[in-house]
Amino acid sequence: MKRFARYLVFYSALIGIWFLLAKLKVWPPYVFPTPQGVLESLWAGFSDHSFWIAIGVSMKRMLLGYSLSVILGMVLGLGVASNKFLEQTVGGLLVSLQSLPSICWLPLAVLWFGLTEKAILFVVVMGSLLSVTIAMETGRQQMPKIYGMAGRNLGARGFPLFWYVLLPASLPYIVSGLKQGWAFAWRSLISGEMIFVSLGLGQMLMMGRDLNDMSLVIAVMILIVAIGYIVDGLVFRTIERRLQQKWGLTPAT
Amino acid sequence: MTANPTPQPSFSGEHRSPARAALNRWKAGVGLAVMPHPSAETKASAKVSLQGISLSYKANGGTHLLALEDINLKVNPGEFVCVVGPSGCGKSTLLHLIAGLQQPSSGKVLIDDKAVEGPGTDRILIFQELGLFPWLTVGGNVEFGMKMKGISKAERQEKIQYYLRLVHLGKFKDSYIHQLSGGMRQRVALARALASEPDVLLMDEPFAALDAQTRDLLHDELERIWAETGRTIIFVTHNVREAVRLGDRVVLFTFRPGRVKREFLIGLPRPRHLEDVAVAKTAREILDDLREEINRSLEAEYSHEAVR
Repeated sequence: MKRFARYLVFYSALIGIWFLLAKLKVWPPYVFPTPQGVLESLWAGFSDHSFWIAIGVSMKRMLLGYSLSVILGMVLGLGVASNKFLEQTVGGLLVSLQSLPSICWLPLAVLWFGLTEKAILFVVVMGSLLSVTIAMETGRQQMPKIYGMAGRNLGARGFPLFWYVLLPASLPYIVSGLKQGWAFAWRSLISGEMIFVSLGLGQMLMMGRDLNDMSLVIAVMILIVAIGYIVDGLVFRTIERRLQQKWGLTPAT
Repeated sequence: MTANPTPQPSFSGEHRSPARAALNRWKAGVGLAVMPHPSAETKASAKVSLQGISLSYKANGGTHLLALEDINLKVNPGEFVCVVGPSGCGKSTLLHLIAGLQQPSSGKVLIDDKAVEGPGTDRILIFQELGLFPWLTVGGNVEFGMKMKGISKAERQEKIQYYLRLVHLGKFKDSYIHQLSGGMRQRVALARALASEPDVLLMDEPFAALDAQTRDLLHDELERIWAETGRTIIFVTHNVREAVRLGDRVVLFTFRPGRVKREFLIGLPRPRHLEDVAVAKTAREILDDLREEINRSLEAEYSHEAVR
C-alpha cells in the first residue's frame, strides 16, 4: 500500500509538471502536447479501433519473429555450447555482433526482401536471435556442474541426460535470455515498422509525425511502453522469479 | 607405483579374517576394540577393490599436484567402511573415482573384480551438495534412476513409495526440494540412491551440514537401512566420531597427497551411539593419529596464506 502511495505521488507530480509546462505554453502545442490531448488521442485511437488493429498487427509479427528466433537461437546456442572450437570462434563472433543495433540490418533486409513483411521479420529475428543464442550458451556453462554429475551417476547419458537433466537445470538462465531476447525483439520491431506503411505501432508513430500530431505520438509511445512492461515485467519476471525460487537460486520468501 | 596385487601379510598371522579376529579379541575382552588393519585382505571376492590408485591434477603453472597416491583398499560385500582425513586429502575425489565420474591417473578400480570404466548404477554416489533435482518432486527425484534404467511405470510407483517410506518421507512424495529441510533433503538423496538398487553406496560427507539432532537421527536410520538392505557402504567424513559410530572399519587418510595412513577395525557392538564411551574412546585414538595430518593441512593452509 505504501508502495502504491509512492507511485501515486510520483506520477501525479510528473503529470502535474507536464500539465503546468503545457499550460504555460513555453512551446507550441504541436511540439509539446498537453496531457488532455494525449488522453484524447488514446481514447480516439481505441474507440475507432485503429490502436487495436495496430497492436494486433505488431503482436502477430512479434510472435512470429520471436518464436523463430527462439527456435533458431536454441539450436544455435546448444550447437555452440557443445563444441569447444565453435564456442571460441562462433561464440566470440556472436558476442561482438550483439553490439550491433538490429536496425542496422534494415538496409540489407530491404534490399533482400523489399518493403515487405519479411524485411520486418528479419530485423526482429536479428534483434533477438543473438541474445537467445548467447543465453542458451551461458545457460549451459553456468548451470551447476553437480546436476550433470548426479544425472550421469544415476545412469543418464546421451539424449536423456540432455533432455531430463541439462535442459531443465539450465532453464532459469535460459528464461533470463528469453526475456532479454523479447525486449530486443520488441525494440527492433518498432524500429522496423517505422520504415514503411506497415499498419503496426511503429507506423502509427510515423503517422503522428506526418500529421504533426504530437499527442498521437506520445499516446503510441505510452502504448509501446505499457505492452513492453506488461510482457516483460509481469509475464517474464513472474516466470523467472518462480523458477529461481524453485531451483533454489534465491532464498524462498 | 602401479597395481599392487601382492597381498600384504595379515596383522595377526593365525587368523584368516582380521574382522573375525578383532571381534574375538573384543569379546574376550583382550586388547582394544580398535586395531590397525592391513590394507589388503587375503580373502578374494572383494566388492570394491582399489589397486594402486593415483591421481594428479595439472595445477596452475603446469606443475602437477598429486592428490591421491597409491591407494590400495579392499571393501567386502556388505561392509560399512568409513574414510576419514583432513579436508583436502582427496577423499571426495576417491569417491568420484569409484563412481566412475573421474578417471585415475594410474591404478584400477574394480567392482566384483571387473574394472570400472564409467558411471554405472551398481554404485551410486550421494554428493556432499546432494545434487537433488529442484525441477522434480521428491517422488520424481527418487524415480529418476529407475526411469533411466527403463523400469516400468507401475514398478517405479511402487518402489517410490517403498523407498520414501524407508526414509520416513512417505507423505512428501509430491513436495518440491526447496520446500524441505536439510535433514529431509538428505533423506531424499538417500532414497534416490537406494532406489537405483546399487550394490555399493558411496556417501560424501552427507551429514556435515546438519544440526546434531538431525545427524543423530540419520545415523540411526542409515545404520538400520544398511542392516535391512545389506548394501556395501563407503562413507567419507572428516568427523572421526561419526566414522567410529557408523563404520565396520575406519580408513585414515594422510594429507596431500592422500594415502592410506592406517586402518582401524571397529569391533564395537551395534547399534552404537555417538555418546557411547567406547565410541568416544576409540575415536580419541584415531584422532591422535589424525591430529598429525590435520596439523599438516593447517600448516599448508597458513603458509599458503603467508605467500599471498
